[in-house]
Order: sequence, then C-alpha cells, then structure tokens
Amino acid sequence: MVSNNKNRIKLLYEMMRIREVEKTIAEKYPEGKMRCPVHLSIGQEAIAVGVCNNLKKKDQILSAHRSHAHYLAKGGNLNSMIAELYGKITGCAMGKGGSMHLIDQSAGMLAAVPIVGSTLPISVGVAWSNKLKKNNNLVVVFFGDGATEEGVFQESLDFASLHNLKILFICENNFYSVYSNIKKRQNPDRKIAKIAKTLGVNSKFSFGNDVENVYNYTKKALDYIKKNNNPYLLEFSTYRLVEHCGPFDDDHLGYRDIKEVKYWKNKCPIKIYQNKLLREKLISSDKIIKFEDEIQKKIINSFKFADKSIFPSKKFLKKNIYA
Amino acid sequence: MPKKNIKREIKYSEAIREALYFSMKKNKSVILLALGADDPKGIFGTTKNLINKFGNKRVFDMPTAENSMTGIAIGCSLGDLRPVVTHQRVEFSLLSIDQIINQAAKWSYMSAGKMKVPIVIRMIIGRGWGQGPQHSQSLESLFSNIPGLKVVCPSTPFDAKGMLISSIEDNNPVIFFEHRWLHGYFGKVPHNYYKVPIGKSKIIHRGNDITIVSSSYMSIESLKTAKILKSFNVNAEVIDLRSLRPLDVNPILSSVKKTKNLLVVDNGWMKYGISSEIIASIVDNIKNLSKITIKRIGISDNPIPSTRSLAKHCYQDIYSILKAVLKMKNIKYSNLNAYKIYSATDVPDKDFTGPF
Repeated sequence: MVSNNKNRIKLLYEMMRIREVEKTIAEKYPEGKMRCPVHLSIGQEAIAVGVCNNLKKKDQILSAHRSHAHYLAKGGNLNSMIAELYGKITGCAMGKGGSMHLIDQSAGMLAAVPIVGSTLPISVGVAWSNKLKKNNNLVVVFFGDGATEEGVFQESLDFASLHNLKILFICENNFYSVYSNIKKRQNPDRKIAKIAKTLGVNSKFSFGNDVENVYNYTKKALDYIKKNNNPYLLEFSTYRLVEHCGPFDDDHLGYRDIKEVKYWKNKCPIKIYQNKLLREKLISSDKIIKFEDEIQKKIINSFKFADKSIFPSKKFLKKNIYA
Repeated sequence: MPKKNIKREIKYSEAIREALYFSMKKNKSVILLALGADDPKGIFGTTKNLINKFGNKRVFDMPTAENSMTGIAIGCSLGDLRPVVTHQRVEFSLLSIDQIINQAAKWSYMSAGKMKVPIVIRMIIGRGWGQGPQHSQSLESLFSNIPGLKVVCPSTPFDAKGMLISSIEDNNPVIFFEHRWLHGYFGKVPHNYYKVPIGKSKIIHRGNDITIVSSSYMSIESLKTAKILKSFNVNAEVIDLRSLRPLDVNPILSSVKKTKNLLVVDNGWMKYGISSEIIASIVDNIKNLSKITIKRIGISDNPIPSTRSLAKHCYQDIYSILKAVLKMKNIKYSNLNAYKIYSATDVPDKDFTGPF
C-alpha cells in the first residue's frame, strides 16, 4: 500500500499536472489552433495516476477516446502530445492521429482509439503475445462503461481468462456514454464487475476518485495477476467534470442532474487528495500553490513548442499507409 | 523464383497447406487462428495435421468471436507475431469489420509508421450447392476499397502457395481470398519455399484480339474460354489480376492499347466493383477511347439464392464469356449450346458433393 510519503506527494503532483494540462488545453482551445476533437480527463485523473503508478516503463497500456490522462500518467512525452493536438509534425503521430490516437512506445503507451471497445481485443492480443513470447510484461487496458455494452467486451474477457493472460482491465464507469446515462443503457441489476466474474475474470468494484484507493486496488489486482497468471478487472466509479467532447461545460444541455454534478464536483479527486494530505500535514497550502505555478511554467513550454512547430508537408500524406 | 520444369501437381488446398507449413517452419512467429484450425477436416484440408507438426502453442482453435479474434490477432502482431486468421466463409469476417477497417488498416498510418500489423486474414468465397445469400458472396471490392489493406485472390495452386508465403512475410494486413471452387484444382507446384509478389498481375493467355481481365475463380473460366475462342479465330489475352490492392494497372493498359477490346469478367457483383475500378483506370489513363470497345460481365445484381434453379442465372461462365466476346468482335455464330456443357453452375466438378 502507499506508505511512502514521497510517493503520496507524487500521486498528488501527477494528478495536478494532468489537470493543469487539460485546463490549459481547454483555455487555449478557443484559439482554434487545436483543431481536433478533445475528450478531457478532468475529474477522472485519480484512476490514470493510481493505476499507472503501479506499472513499470516496459508494461503496456492501451486506451480509448479519453486518453490524455493515461498517456501522461504512463510517462508519455508532453511535447509530442500537445504537438499532436496542434496537428504538427513534432506530434507523437506527426499529426496524423490527433487527440484520439496518442502513442508513445518508449513509455509503453501503445495506442488509443475512439471506436468504443475496439482496444479491448487488441490489448488481449498484446497480452497473448507476451505469453507466447514468454516475457513478463503486464498489459492494462482502459475503457468506459459504454465499452462493456459492446459484444467484444465479453469476447475479449472470455479469451483472456481461457488463455490465462496477464492483463488488467480497468473500467472507468463515469455513468455516461456521451449524453446517455447508464440507467438508459443498462439494466440496474447488470453489474460490470459481476459480468467479468461469470466470464472467469476475477474483479472488484470500487470508488475511483480516491487515488490511494485506486493505487491499492490496482496493486492487489496486479499481485493476483502475477501470482495466478490470470486476468483481473477493476471497475472504478468516477465522473467527467467537463463536457463529453470539447473544452467547456455542457451542463446547460440538461442531461445531467444539477445535484449529481454538484455532488461529484465535491468528489473531485484532486480536491479530495489535497484535503487529505493537508489534514495529515503532509503538505501545506503554500506548497500546493507552488506546485501549481511550477507545473504551469513547465507545461506552457509544451504549448509554445507545439505552436512553433511546423505542419507536416504534403509529402507525408501518402507515407505510412503501409509499413 | 522456382525452377521451371516442375512436374508435381497438387491441389490448390494442398498448396495453401504447404504455404502455411513452410511459413511456420521458417518463422516461429507465425501462428494460426481459426475456428476448426485443428479439427479433423482442417478447413477444407488447408490446415490438416498442422497441429501435429507445430503443436497447440501455434495452431489455435478459436472462440466463435470473429471480432475479438481479429483484434487479438492485431494485438499479437503488435507483439511481433504473425497470425494467420481464417474464415471458412468470407461472410463471417463481416463480424470483424471494425477491427479490419478501423484498426488493422489504420495502425501504421495513425502511428506515423511506428506500429505495423502483419496479419493475414484468409477469406473463403463460396459458390454452388445451395450456399445461398450468406455463404456465397464475393466481397473482394469491399476490402479493396480500403487504403492500408492489401487484397489478393490467386487463382492457381502455384500462385496460392507463393502468394500466401508473400502475404505472411508482408508487414501489412493482407486479405487473402480463396474461392472454394479453386480448392480442388490441380496445378504444378514446386516443393520449396518460394514467393509470388503481391501487386503483380499475370498474363495467363496471350493474344492480340481482345483483353479479358478477371480474377479468382473467373480467371479459370476465362482461360478455358480463351482456348475455345481460338476455334473462332479470336486470340484473347487473358490477364489474371491475382492482386486487387495494389492493383497492377499497367499491363491492362498495354494490353488494351494493343487489342482495342476489353472485357472484364468480374468475380463478384459489377456495381461499385472490381470491374468498375478497372474500367475507371482505363478511362483515366487512355486518351483516345473512341476506338476501344469496353464491356463487363459479372454476378447478377441480386443476393445469391440457394436453389440451383435460380442460382444458375447468377453466375458468368464459359458460355456467357464466349457470347460476350463474339458479340464484341462482331462474329456471327449459329449455336453455342455445345459450350454449355463446360459450364458448371452448381458444382465445380463431378467429385464435389458438398456439403459446403
């Protein structure tokens, strides 16, 4: 469990860093220079940070459309990420992928894709190749509650348990698929973690906005995976605090109950953890402000880097269609 | 390339099996995934006994879950394995169209070349014996439409072996079409490991009077027709496409410039099909079209019914190819009924007794 105070400060710092990056994207988005859909992770940082702090560099993660936090938490290069959003040649995919296709192999970030559920089987395939090639890499795949409605969710879990693969499935249940509440999509008796169990994948459900809780559950799950050579699924509840796609709030649309939004704003993972560490006197308010300034100074350079970088020239259009 | 004087003749299905065998023997990264990959029939004989040679760590039966299995194959290929997935009918692959089109075809591009997806997906096209609407579609054009995929459809045992080996060695997703009626065809095939390049068509009959372009099973029918056409004093040049993406357009252009006549015999439906693409390439590339006669024939524009009494009206065959050519060349004929005996509408040969 997280016993080391240095690590606890690190968890907070990383969440704050992701939040600042996302806030800066939101702030600068109206400039019209990041011309691609962005699905911000604001409100869901604890899961990315809590999970990825259990992983080694060589471990592999795959994500979906809301992938910024995963990319950063796994150690993805910030300059390459922001440049990708700007569509510049210095982007992690030379601007060919955009926000929904972040990749940094050196950090073990294999891919992100916006087709819901699509990386589930691919991540299982990566885990299978690890098994067939007898390396001990772990694979983690992040997906949402919507992805569990895809048939491929069941197919992928079945195969992972059948072949005893070392893969951790992380379901970030934020209760919404775009604007559709989970109550409109799933029977209330249909529990994601339970479905996993019936498919032979051990699982747990827990609160996802407490970063230490996420860290501890992940640690236990990974221990189980390594010990038993079996997959595991963790379902974490969480909440998206800004609009589904884009830099603003979308609460004026009325698809979310105001009380519900308010409740979850109070459950902001950063606020929760800052308060906890303040209470325990592990950090001071001044230190938090200092962190914010420090982070802001650091990340602003990435935006400058992206802005100054050049666009790929036409000759790159036909490149890489084939390997 | 192999030596010329090959004596051994084997079936197309055996040629496929040899390609798999040699590829697996040469490269330990090659694995097979298919429903029935290890069953006693071994997918029309194409994977027979490979489980005994290579074991259950390389030959996998799979869950009936085409979508995830294709994704899993993609994931494996990211981990430097070379999976070969097989669908006993192309229609089953439609359950995995997201993984094929959105994922496999895009990963190289969307990662700016950092990722590659070296997978082969074998798709078997059915025909006859009442296969019906969902077991007899020729969907080559559907996949050929997608940049990032390669699509091949060899018509001879020699090409089947050489092109499957090339497909497995290729670093891209390759859709490998096998026509079920070709599985029983014999042809000369060398024993060794050899490659036939992807993206090259082949002139399988030379002539100056008309160019017939075809692919897969219809190339066999076109070749047979070309031989008959000699008795009508028509020397047809038959081009077997072999590869649909990339499409080898130049030999077609050269041939058409020479013969001034083009008949495309589509192995599938014509509308929005391979024949559309070939004729568009002619229009795009040949300036003076006024002296060139162009025609296409293909499967009739409807789902294929099961009953042979209706299915027989759907397909092109020697008789219809012959009729089309003679009409284009303005050659009078009295009665072609004698050539109907060559035409098989329900079974490829008398040995075929189903069930699929």
